[in-house]
Amino acid sequence: MFYKIHKYLEKKSFPLLLGIIGVVSVGGLVEIAPLFYIDSTIEEVEGMRPYTPLELAGRNIYIREGCYVCHSQMVRPLRDEVERYGHYSLAAESMYDRPFQWGSKRTGPDLARVGGKYSDEWHKTHLIDPRSVVPESIMPPYKFLAEAELEYDDIARHLAVNATLGVPYTDEMIASAKSDVTTQLDEFADDYDGFVARYPNAVIRDFDGDADKVTEMDALIAYLQMLGTLVDFNEFEADLDENLR
Amino acid sequence: MSDENKTPSQPDAGDGAKKMVERGVDPNLEPTLPNDAHGGHDPRFDEPTGQYTTGHSWDGIEELNTPMPRWWLGIFYATIAFSAVYMLLMPSIPLIDSYFDGILDKSDREDVSVEIAELRMERALLADRLADANLEYITGDPELFRFAMAAGKSAFGDNCATCHGAGGQGFKGYPNLNDDVWIWGGSFEDIRHTLEVGIRAAHEDTRFNLMQAFGRDGLLDRDQIRDLTEYLLAFSGRGVDPDASGRGRALFADNCASCHGADAMGDRSQGAPNLTDAEWLYGGEREDIVETLYGGRQGVMPNWHERLDPETITALAVYVHALGGGEPSAPQPSGADPQKPGMQP
Repeated sequence: MFYKIHKYLEKKSFPLLLGIIGVVSVGGLVEIAPLFYIDSTIEEVEGMRPYTPLELAGRNIYIREGCYVCHSQMVRPLRDEVERYGHYSLAAESMYDRPFQWGSKRTGPDLARVGGKYSDEWHKTHLIDPRSVVPESIMPPYKFLAEAELEYDDIARHLAVNATLGVPYTDEMIASAKSDVTTQLDEFADDYDGFVARYPNAVIRDFDGDADKVTEMDALIAYLQMLGTLVDFNEFEADLDENLR
Repeated sequence: MSDENKTPSQPDAGDGAKKMVERGVDPNLEPTLPNDAHGGHDPRFDEPTGQYTTGHSWDGIEELNTPMPRWWLGIFYATIAFSAVYMLLMPSIPLIDSYFDGILDKSDREDVSVEIAELRMERALLADRLADANLEYITGDPELFRFAMAAGKSAFGDNCATCHGAGGQGFKGYPNLNDDVWIWGGSFEDIRHTLEVGIRAAHEDTRFNLMQAFGRDGLLDRDQIRDLTEYLLAFSGRGVDPDASGRGRALFADNCASCHGADAMGDRSQGAPNLTDAEWLYGGEREDIVETLYGGRQGVMPNWHERLDPETITALAVYVHALGGGEPSAPQPSGADPQKPGMQP
């Protein structure tokens, strides 16, 4: 019987196309589709929130500059990695990432837990000239980030698109997105309380030490300083059955 | 048969066209042509190779249906069998709201927590004694001291070297840890405390002071900053304008002395550096000093008490203290036991 089907398919290109689609879909249906409905795909954690508009802008710069080509954001559950970088990454930590930044090819170190590890000034110095603080570094300099003014007129639309993709940005967050960019850079901003309510645990300060303008450096450092700091690991019980993978 | 094999591989020059025509009407290929004509797919036995054809024929060119080698087929079926077994042993099949755990109940996350626990156990014998130990206790035990130095060196390379340099030599803005110049104190306890709480960091008890932006915030004007700079340069004999230096002295008393001391020798309890020596965190050239006075300096060292465990912080303090400039600890309050309780002699 299979031989007959084979004989038929190999002569009829359209049924052959349908057959190919059917076969190729099996992989996706079995391996990918269940991840969208199985409960254990994303752990339940305390502390995750969507990116602030400034962090999101920083993330866009991170992707634009191809940082991910050398830096992964995934601490794998391996002893040596946990020893070096800290708690292994959880799926929950990248659930608002569009797209995620996982990987295992590391020309530079993993950045999943880099938030708070170094000072803002170090990040700025290091991005401007990596070898001024790490002589053995092979990272290219990103000096222009300190000069380039951040374009954030359309940041609300970035939030809106993410919301369409399932990131829980509220209408209020989207409406105040543009002012939130500058609020996060100024501890004395008018909307400080509103901002903190919208984005708990967000770090508010002038990241690049240049209070006069909003630079791409501000956005990128805000993003880097947030990485891996959101989930409250005191609340997360890694040994629970539902958290084991 | 030997003729056919030779014909295509040894064409005679100038005779090619004729040979092609000959090949077109090769009697061996001809029987397939009628198959094509009515769309038939009848395999036939191919004598030269000893195999059947698939029956496909394109303008007389046929396809042999040679079976896969047995070793290849064997491996192919073995991988299928392996995947079936693997599927039963390992987490695999998606179910309604969970997935099949597999007979082995394997979990990478469980494995790594076991491995980390084993690692801790291996280290515990020495590491547990480090947690609240003081320097005297650690250096008193050569094995413990070696352990602390090794652990400290490794943690330093991962966490500290990025700012302070692989050898602790520091960079502009990031203090040299090899020398005996300390801003917040160089005793083992001071270093350990700095590691725990950081400087201008997120810890609530972090070490904090404010070197103000005297120029940018309008506290001093351009001439006053110039005078102050002249005054500071005069300490190292680099002043060129005694009048300015004299005016700077008065400005210093008003603006700087409360932190750096009337004699500019600094005050470690406030983290105010000595301004009379040749060691400058942000550079001691004229333009560096002007820049510092104009914009202030707010260097940050992260607090490590959450990222690193107490044993590692102690080990780091031992290591940094031993880099070259460690200072003796302040005398213990009377009655305090310098040794950790429960220590074996």
